[in-house]
Amino acid sequence: MAKITFIQHNGSEITANGVAGMTVMETAVKNQVPGIDADCGGACACATCHVYVAPEWKDKVGPRNPMEEDMLDFAFDVRDNSRLSCQIKVSDVLDGLRVTVPEKQF
Amino acid sequence: MSDVISTDVVIIGAGPCGLFAIFELGLLDIKCHVIDILDRAGGQCAELYPEKPIYDIPALPLVTGADLTTRLMEQAKPFKPEFHFNQMVTSLEKRGENDFHLTTDGGLEFQCKVVVIAAGGGSFQPKKPPIPGIEAYEGASVYYSVKKMEALRGKDILIIGGGDSALDWTNNLQPIAKSLTLLHRRDEFRAAPDSVGKMRALVEAGKMQLKIGQVTGLKGEGGVLAAATVKGADGASFDIACNAMLPFFGLTMKLGPVANWGLNLTENLVSVDTAKFETNVPGIFAVGDINTYAGKLKLILSGFHEAALMAQQAFRYINPGERLLFQYTTSSTNLQKKLGVA
Repeated sequence: MAKITFIQHNGSEITANGVAGMTVMETAVKNQVPGIDADCGGACACATCHVYVAPEWKDKVGPRNPMEEDMLDFAFDVRDNSRLSCQIKVSDVLDGLRVTVPEKQF
Repeated sequence: MSDVISTDVVIIGAGPCGLFAIFELGLLDIKCHVIDILDRAGGQCAELYPEKPIYDIPALPLVTGADLTTRLMEQAKPFKPEFHFNQMVTSLEKRGENDFHLTTDGGLEFQCKVVVIAAGGGSFQPKKPPIPGIEAYEGASVYYSVKKMEALRGKDILIIGGGDSALDWTNNLQPIAKSLTLLHRRDEFRAAPDSVGKMRALVEAGKMQLKIGQVTGLKGEGGVLAAATVKGADGASFDIACNAMLPFFGLTMKLGPVANWGLNLTENLVSVDTAKFETNVPGIFAVGDINTYAGKLKLILSGFHEAALMAQQAFRYINPGERLLFQYTTSSTNLQKKLGVA
């Protein structure tokens, strides 16, 4: 179990329990976190689960994979800490993870 | 205005469920026309994940979206469906009992007895980047697709994106543009290597510019764009002068005109019964991801089942009073003849 906090664009926070093996996107959808649209259902095919990983978590979360890097071309305002949350697997190491949801997934 | 196309059934959407509906209706001698907003069949399987494996199609342990589409097209082929691509159905009107009239944004008109909505997540439309104030420039300076190349002749064009659309239009528009800049967030491109090579050669020859960065704002007056403000890879901002901007950020699905057809909706999905998959309007059915009912699962296999049951009721509307004989393709010579195998 890993607690994951989703910070909304307006600053409000939702903390959800992530289960090891699930993705951060699935954790968000299961807990009805607004702003994670996940149109394609986790196939890394739509870039609508874009999040910004808190700087202190960037190393633990790890780098983007090549497919995700391509898919981020479809996201808006991509930053160094941008990730697609369907490509981040929850594990105990990520207990306490904080990610910010962009204003719009578009 | 073109002539009205008259047919038994119009299927809206050429995704997997729309394609299988052709087959199920075809077995009952029902003729279909199929309309889709994309330029080819397959729906999400073609547009979102053609190369990605699907593992939950019965009897196909692994199939890609593209392959599934090819197989469904082959299965539907004996029934000679007629496809109308690059068309969005804009209006659907009931003129009488089993008399429907549809029009598309491409000016086509259809008259039919039954309508099957198999529109998945809705119609695919270009993604509009949420740049503040972009709406004011849409139409006059910002274009999400190129309808007429001539309209862009002599313009200072800014193209944004790194996929095939962005690169193809860069290479195609460069000769007629006054100036052309391609902007992408990184110096790597998803587009076909051949078109990337062409673009790089144009840059090398000084015929166009390639910039790395992301648009943060727009400058202009009265709906006419003057420049786009860009944040570069190093974080510094700069302006790119342009009076035409073409952002290519892929497609997204919107319910679109379906919402205006008088159908009962639940959270942007079309409500249907689970015996016939018919909407609140008799003669209009909805199958696949676009419908909802108690226990609905958005799976391709569920859409196949829905299409089969829909076809039974469609038969009754199209052949009133006629008895519908239930037959198996394994044993019925009649069905095998229709399939062209007997």
